[in-house]
Amino acid sequence: MTLKQAGIEEQYSIKQLLMGGSTQRRLEALGMIPGTEITVLGRRKNGTLIYKMRGTRYAIGKGIAEKIEIQKGADR
Amino acid sequence: MNERLHVGFVGNPNCGKTTLFNAYTGAKLKVANWPGVTVEKKEGAMKYHDHTFKLVDLPGIYSLTSYTMEEKLTREYLLEDDVDVIIDVADASALERNLYLTLSAIELEKPVVLALNMMDIVEERGMEIDLHRLPEMLGIPVIPVSARKKTGLDILIHAVAHHKTEGFDQKPFHYSKEIENKINELIEVLTKKVPGLEPKRWYAIKLLENDEEIVRQYGEYVHGHIDRNYENDIVRQKYNYIEEIMKEVLVNKEKKEASTDKIDHYMTHPIWGVPIFLGIMAFVFFLTFTIGDFLKGYLEMGVDIFSHGIFELLQYLRVGHVMTSLIVDGIIAGVGGILSFLPNIFILFLALAFLEDSGYMSRVAYVMDGIMGKLGLSGRAFIPMLLGFGCSVPAVMASRVLEDERDRKRTILITPFMSCSAKLPVYVTFSSLFFGKYAMLCAYSMYVIGLLLGILVAFVHSKIVSHGEDNPLLIELPDYKMPNANTISIYVGEKVKDYLSKAGTTIFIASIVVWIILNFGSHGMVEDMADSFGATFGRFLVPILAPAGLGLWQIGVMLISGLAAKEVVISSFFVLFGISSLTAPGVAESTVSMMEGMGFGALNAYALMVFTLLYTPCLATVATIKRETNSWRWTIGMLIFQLVIAWICAVLVFQVGSFFIG
Repeated sequence: MTLKQAGIEEQYSIKQLLMGGSTQRRLEALGMIPGTEITVLGRRKNGTLIYKMRGTRYAIGKGIAEKIEIQKGADR
Repeated sequence: MNERLHVGFVGNPNCGKTTLFNAYTGAKLKVANWPGVTVEKKEGAMKYHDHTFKLVDLPGIYSLTSYTMEEKLTREYLLEDDVDVIIDVADASALERNLYLTLSAIELEKPVVLALNMMDIVEERGMEIDLHRLPEMLGIPVIPVSARKKTGLDILIHAVAHHKTEGFDQKPFHYSKEIENKINELIEVLTKKVPGLEPKRWYAIKLLENDEEIVRQYGEYVHGHIDRNYENDIVRQKYNYIEEIMKEVLVNKEKKEASTDKIDHYMTHPIWGVPIFLGIMAFVFFLTFTIGDFLKGYLEMGVDIFSHGIFELLQYLRVGHVMTSLIVDGIIAGVGGILSFLPNIFILFLALAFLEDSGYMSRVAYVMDGIMGKLGLSGRAFIPMLLGFGCSVPAVMASRVLEDERDRKRTILITPFMSCSAKLPVYVTFSSLFFGKYAMLCAYSMYVIGLLLGILVAFVHSKIVSHGEDNPLLIELPDYKMPNANTISIYVGEKVKDYLSKAGTTIFIASIVVWIILNFGSHGMVEDMADSFGATFGRFLVPILAPAGLGLWQIGVMLISGLAAKEVVISSFFVLFGISSLTAPGVAESTVSMMEGMGFGALNAYALMVFTLLYTPCLATVATIKRETNSWRWTIGMLIFQLVIAWICAVLVFQVGSFFIG
């Protein structure tokens, strides 16, 4: 499943990133790599959402959210 | 020993780097753009014991890749011989993310000192950081500071002065054996083929990461030595180490859940987020235009008194009539008018600085993203647009909140369509003269037309200007914090200075020019304006303006004078038609019949208002646009575009209207 479908305030971990390009590089530099824990804090009707990862909050568009594959639970 | 140290400040956005920088340099800074781009670099200087420091504040970045202009410019700057020490400013309450840049900066092989900022917040939250273990694990000095409370500043500078000499035993981060072997292999090759290149280890790592810029420059030398892209491994290994560091160094994770999340529950609420934002902006607008106008009234009075005073003085000194008129009617009237806007500008920027520093602005981008997205605009463009209803100058300046160049230009393009407050006198005057009880409706329709056209232009522009890579929303939402008084006063002071100097000089010159063309003709100074150069030029425009129902030379002159400032359209209207006050009994009626006698009626008035709404913005705005876009070509293109649109619309209004009225 992708971040777009994640439940609010539930624990997930990153499986892989599918968007490629400089956006993927930027996310990786921010620490979004396979195994990283991530939680979605809120979502708007148009798909934009806010998530928390490695102690920081971010807002991203639906286009990016649907290219981030995640799995349930912490990856340890 | 009087040493001169050149220090570069790096750090993530929102880590308080600039607040820290300002704490050292005060208001004595020099802001400059890197040549050809709108990325800013701030320079300042300070003294500490017998050292002189040159401090440079570099843009906020998350890493040192070649994917954004900010990162490329920063790493280029840091690699220069000139930089002696790097201060990496990190938000101690978000250490995990900040350390990635720290590890990357150490790889540049210049002395690095980690300034652990926001320690006061760490304390408040009940977190604890092991300040002995952290420098051990990183291999560099770590100094706790609080830029807000101004603690640790001396210790930091002291550490920096020392580290310059001791810094060269700092050990860079070690990767896995496989990667280290590869790095050594590449270092060998580079030593042979590009002997002068330093620091070799950094270049080797960048080549393994497939860094676009470095591969372009040096890829050919190591051709065949790189079997695959190691980027993922390199990033992951750094983060694995960071996780290890965090486990050892962070004692007592956040006990109190940050109040940020509670506030965000309302601010980013799926239903209430937008109304809350609109409410806040209405309040800002309200402050700007009620308090601002209130103060503006006093300033205008002050300018008036000053003007009379100067007039008396000039008479006393028996200065000639020409010079007196130039000074009083030209310069003081023109420049004074612009100065009177200062309270509005000041309050506006104060409010914006407050909102930005508190962290709220990034929530705006999130909340407005959906609506603005449909117009090909970023959520953050809403603010400049809204400001445009007050004055185009700060609106254009506010477009800086947009990171993307294309977004910024598109926002600047539509800003003038939002009727600025200077156009209001034009609307009010002509709608009350020619439209009687429909005056309010008439004036209001101007705002609506402007808004609709602006949206249309933005939409068309987004379809024409190819997006390349569609700029998807990806922003950090920093913790909310109490805005810092020092930061805000420096920011607002800068904007006010900008406003006064740039707009002031342009207006100063423009006022003189306008005065000259309205008071001089081919035989020298004229008695009747109808003989002036301005009038002659106005007559040239008659055939062009006639299809729009504006074929009077006086209208031509009014519109030209409006280039200086839109209010001048009305002040020259009064002068040209010999009106002293429209509220005096009978004046309105006689003016209307005089104009109708010249063939200028209600429809013409409406066309005039439409033209005023749309045509080239005032010189202050033009100067600001040139400054923000850094391009004459684009600015002139936009002026012509607006002129053409204004003409087309005015003509349409007049011709179609005439058809119906018959």
